[in-house]
Amino acid sequence: MTTRAAVPVVRAEPGTMEAALRAQRAAGRKLLIPYLMGGMTGDWGQALAAVVAAGADAVEVGIPFSDPMMDGPVIQEAALRSLQRGTVPDQVLDDIGRAEVTVPVAVMTYYNIVFRAGHRRMAHSMVAAGVSAAIIPDLSLEELSPWATEADAAGVETVLLVAPSSPEERVERICARARGFVYAVARMGVTGERADVGEEARRVVERVRRHTDMPVCVGVGVSTPEQAAEVCEVADGVVVGSALVRRLLAGAGPEGAAEFVGSLRRALD
Amino acid sequence: MTDPMSLMAEPGADGRFGDFGGRFVPESLMPACLDLEQAFKEAWDDPAFHEELNGLLRDYGGRPTPVTECHRLSARLGVRVLLKREDLAHTGSHKLNNVVGQALLTRRMGKRRIIAETGAGQHGVAAATAAALFGLECTVFMGEVDTKRQELNVFRMELLGAEVRPVLSGSRTLKDAVNEAMREWVATVEHTHYCLGSVMGPHPFPYMVRQLQRVVGEEARAQCGEILAGADPDVVVACIGGGSNAAGTFAGFVDTRARLVGVEAAGGAAITNGIPGVLHGMYSRLLQDEAGQIEEAESISAGLDYPGLGPEHAHLAAIGRAEYTMANDAEVLEAFQLLSHTEGIIPALESAHAVAWVARVAGTDVLPKGSTVLITLSGRGDKDVAQVREILGRGGQS
Repeated sequence: MTTRAAVPVVRAEPGTMEAALRAQRAAGRKLLIPYLMGGMTGDWGQALAAVVAAGADAVEVGIPFSDPMMDGPVIQEAALRSLQRGTVPDQVLDDIGRAEVTVPVAVMTYYNIVFRAGHRRMAHSMVAAGVSAAIIPDLSLEELSPWATEADAAGVETVLLVAPSSPEERVERICARARGFVYAVARMGVTGERADVGEEARRVVERVRRHTDMPVCVGVGVSTPEQAAEVCEVADGVVVGSALVRRLLAGAGPEGAAEFVGSLRRALD
Repeated sequence: MTDPMSLMAEPGADGRFGDFGGRFVPESLMPACLDLEQAFKEAWDDPAFHEELNGLLRDYGGRPTPVTECHRLSARLGVRVLLKREDLAHTGSHKLNNVVGQALLTRRMGKRRIIAETGAGQHGVAAATAAALFGLECTVFMGEVDTKRQELNVFRMELLGAEVRPVLSGSRTLKDAVNEAMREWVATVEHTHYCLGSVMGPHPFPYMVRQLQRVVGEEARAQCGEILAGADPDVVVACIGGGSNAAGTFAGFVDTRARLVGVEAAGGAAITNGIPGVLHGMYSRLLQDEAGQIEEAESISAGLDYPGLGPEHAHLAAIGRAEYTMANDAEVLEAFQLLSHTEGIIPALESAHAVAWVARVAGTDVLPKGSTVLITLSGRGDKDVAQVREILGRGGQS
C-alpha cells in the first residue's frame, strides 16, 4: 500500500463522543443519534435542542454541501434549502455552539468544505463550537491522514464508515482508525428511507464486532421505530436522518421532530 | 509524485499526478475503485485485450481517423492548420475510444450493466452504442437542461436501447449528472460498472480514460510526421471539459517540443478561474466559492459545462508542460461558422473552442505566422446545428 494510507494507529484516550456512547451502552441503553441539516430552517437550532430533550444520545448535524454525493433526495433537498437560506459552515458551527445541547455532537459534511476551510482551522472551529466528532463520508481511508492528523491533535473524533462492500482487511483497518463510534452502513446506496434494512445491516455489524469493541451504530436507510429496534438487536445504536429531515422539511417544527424522536426512543427502550 | 522526466506516465498507487488526483469516494465505492484498478492493470498488460480493443476500434469504430490539412483556413489565418478528425469516428466523436475499452472491462469484470453521465450527449450516445454492441444494459444520466438542449441525442440513446434519466437536482447539467451517476453506482455496484466519460473522477478513471484515449495522440503524431516530413507540429490544441480528448492528444506529444494548449469554455475555466479542491472523487482545480461550495459552469456547449477538469491537466498546468486558456461563446459561434465555411467541416461546439483559440491568436506573438498547429477536432457538429440555428436566428449570442 502507499505511504499516504499509512495512518498511524495510536489509540489515545476515548474522546467525548466515544466515552459518552460507551457509558450509555454500559448502562444497557441503545444509542439514538438523530441527524439534522444545519441551517435548513430558521428554527433548526430549536429542533436540535428538541431532539436532544426527546432522548437522543448524540446528534449528527450536517453542514450543507452543493454536491452531496452520498445523499438521497431528502437530504439533498435539505442541503439545497439551507444553501438557499445563505448558510455558511461557520454559521452552522456557531449555531451548534449556541444551542442547548447536552449530548455530544458530530458534524457531517463533505471533504471539500473541510479542505477549503483548512484542516487545522476546521478542527479548531469544531472544538470551539463544542463539536466532538466529524463524519466526512467522501474522505476515504486512503486520503484520511492530513485531516485525521489535525483532528486528532485538536481532539475531534473522526467517525469512519464501514460498508457492506468493505472487504475484511479494510474493516480491520477502518476499525483501527475510527474514533467516536463505527458507522455501519446498512446497505449499498445513498441516504434515504427504506422498506427493509435488517439483514445486510446485521452482517455489517457482525463483521465490525470482530475487530473492535467500540460502539457500532447503523445508519443509511433506518427510518421507522420498528426498523430502529430491529437493527439494535445486533447494533449498539442507530443514526436516523432522512425520516426526521423529511418531517422538518414538511414543516413539523421542533415539536414534530421531538415527537418522532420520542417514538424512536420508546422503540429502543 | 509523478517523475517530471516520465510525463504522463502511470500515476502512483495513490492515483496522484503530482498533487492532484486521488480517491475521494465513500467507503461503499472504494472496493469497486480498487477492483477496477486491478482489472484495468491486468487488461492493459494483456496483449489479447489490446488485440480485441484495436480490432473493434478499427473495424467497428473506423480508426484510424485521418489528419486533414486545412488549406483554405490556413490561408485565411496565416498559420498551417491540421485537424485530427475525431468527428469521423463512429458515433461522431472521440468518446467511442473510451467506451469500447470500458465495455470490454465490464465484460472482464463479469458485470452486466453500465451507467454513464453525459453533458452534450456524445458520451451517452457512445456508451449506449457500446452497450448495444456488447449486449449490456445501459442507463445514462443527463441534466434536464441538457436533455432539452440535446433532444436528438436523447432519442439516439433511446434508439440504441439505453434508458435516459433526466437529472433534476442542482444546476441540472453535467456536474449533477455525475452526482446522480455516482449515487446510482453506490446502489448497484455489484453488477454495474460506472463508465465515466472523461479523465476525471477517482483513481483509476483519470489514468484509465487517458490511456484509452491516447490512441488519438499516437495516431496524430505518426500522421503529422508523414505530413510534416518527420517534424512535429509547433502547437497542439484541444478543447477541455473534463479533458479526455485533450489528455489523449497530449499523451501523444508530451515528449516532443510541441506546445500543448487546452482550451476551456470561458464560463467553466477551471484552470484560469478555479482553485484546488475535491469533487466527484478527485482533487483538482474547481470553480468554487469561499466556503467550498461548487459553482455552476455556464457555456454554450453542454459538453464543457463542468466546473472542474481532470487532475492530470491540473498537474500539467502546475508544472507548466501544458498551457490552458479559454474561449467565450461569441468566439465559439464564429469559429463554428468559420470552419464550416472554409473547410466544409461542421465542428461540435466543444471542438469549436479549440478552433476559436487558434483563430484568435493566429498571427500574434502567441501563435506567429507560419506556425504549424494541430487541432484535435473532438466531434462533429450535427448535434449542435439546431441550437446554433436558433441562436443565430435570434441575431445574437446565447
